[in-house]
Amino acid sequence: MTRRLRIAAGQGFWGDWPEAPYRQVTGGPVDYLMMDYLAEVTMSIMQKQKSRDPTLGYAKDFIPLMRRILPILAERKIKVTANAGGVNPRACAAAVAEAARGLGLQGKLKIGVISGDDLLDRLDGLLARGHTLDNLDTGRSLRDVRDRVLSANAYLGAWPIVDALRQGADIVITGRVTDTGLTLAPLIHAFGWNASDWDLLAAGTVAGHIIECGAQASGGNCLVDWQRIPDLANVGYPIVDAGADGSFEIVKHPRTGGRINVAGVTEQLVYEMGNPREYITPDCVADFTTIQLSQAGKDRVRVSGVKGKPATDKLKVSIAYFYGYKAIGTLVYAWPDALKKAQAADRILRQRLKDLKLAFEAIHTEFVGVDATHGPLARETRQSDDVPEVQLRVGVRARDEAPVERFTREIAPLILNGPPSVTGFAGGRPKPEEIVAYWPALIDKRVVKPVVEVVEV
Amino acid sequence: MKKRLVEIAHARSGDKGDTANVGLIARHPKDYPLLVKRVTAARVARHFKGMITGKVERFELPNLRALNFLLHGALDGGGTISLKTDAQGKVLSTALLRMEIEVSR
Repeated sequence: MTRRLRIAAGQGFWGDWPEAPYRQVTGGPVDYLMMDYLAEVTMSIMQKQKSRDPTLGYAKDFIPLMRRILPILAERKIKVTANAGGVNPRACAAAVAEAARGLGLQGKLKIGVISGDDLLDRLDGLLARGHTLDNLDTGRSLRDVRDRVLSANAYLGAWPIVDALRQGADIVITGRVTDTGLTLAPLIHAFGWNASDWDLLAAGTVAGHIIECGAQASGGNCLVDWQRIPDLANVGYPIVDAGADGSFEIVKHPRTGGRINVAGVTEQLVYEMGNPREYITPDCVADFTTIQLSQAGKDRVRVSGVKGKPATDKLKVSIAYFYGYKAIGTLVYAWPDALKKAQAADRILRQRLKDLKLAFEAIHTEFVGVDATHGPLARETRQSDDVPEVQLRVGVRARDEAPVERFTREIAPLILNGPPSVTGFAGGRPKPEEIVAYWPALIDKRVVKPVVEVVEV
Repeated sequence: MKKRLVEIAHARSGDKGDTANVGLIARHPKDYPLLVKRVTAARVARHFKGMITGKVERFELPNLRALNFLLHGALDGGGTISLKTDAQGKVLSTALLRMEIEVSR
């Protein structure tokens, strides 16, 4: 049995640093590279791409990134887990296989593909059989928006990936698998953990949560003494260095920037947290109030004591549906009286929208530089008369496109027919944007059947 | 004596639908009981008055000397629907750190 296992985070979201995966596989020893691509509404974007071209629907950036590191992976026997497959993991795997063959790696790599999470084509059948897929936040029935659904995917857990690894897969490409499952699966596989080892599965889940956002656990976006965090230009992404007993350390490669300390790991642990006693995944329920952290050395945090409970009989389902339209217009007003000018422009704009009798679900104004991020809480520190400039930022939202489109034509006129000292319109007229909204639901685990395929390159 | 939370704590925030979470962490273990005592769910709801439409829930993590707050209805409908600059509640963390609390025990 493996004594220690090292799992390196390579991407924390679709669009993360392209250099990170290369640095992770060349900067020191690792066994696995874990790459997380999927946010809540990413699947709907991919579904749209797939509807236009059936060979798309996955994170396209993954392919050039893999082409760059495939020879290194093959040479150093580093395996990959990635949910880059989106709504078309088979097409993603085919593209990676083609890249591998182009590099002369025929017969040297096996690719695992995990699917079965996609419920879009099964929705009507599921609804007919009483799976109501009620919105977890609002309680509404999915029937209310059924005709506007764009994608529907169950969150699969670690076990289908474990299955692929047991069949010899070197690179496992998945659809909607949980972020944490991508890290937990290699631990289960390497250490032979069982499906009822709840504490161990919870420990692996916590490890996954810590590294799933990439450098956010190694000095990125960390408030504590942020000006003293060294060399973020050269930041080292986090690595889980784990033992079979479920304890592990968060580390990074030598000669990299960033910082791994208890404060930063704690910040990442509370990120996007709900009830800390019940961090629910398909694999277990982890209790975050049992986690013990300690500084085990420079850039080395030890994590231990994690307790878990049995998994529930449900899977979370992420549904995306078409909601309506929005547009955001901005103008910049300069000193003197920058804020007063922006406020006057906002009043004029709203008057004109009202006179045009445009129906919006919401109009939202922010004065960037004054109150955009902290709202009324920022008033106490505001020195409004002195600010050198203020950006007026007005957003509108409606179910129909027409009023939103009309709004986009009301921004530029303000430059010449509104308050003075205005600039910053080089980007042109704002464009109405389609809103795809997120609908979380639960489904009975038994109706979702993960599909595991392993193919040789 | 009063202190701003930013002097004794740090925080990170994120989103789940239309709910934002703010994790508030004591910089030194000795200050955690003070956070538990002063930074109640009701106090946080007052702090964010006018910025959120739903209730505030609080969870305690003494092991991490942290409190986790769920701010319901904080994001104008959530991620993609929201018209806010901070549509995902990423900097509600530092908005909470503006709070002043009584530190004399």
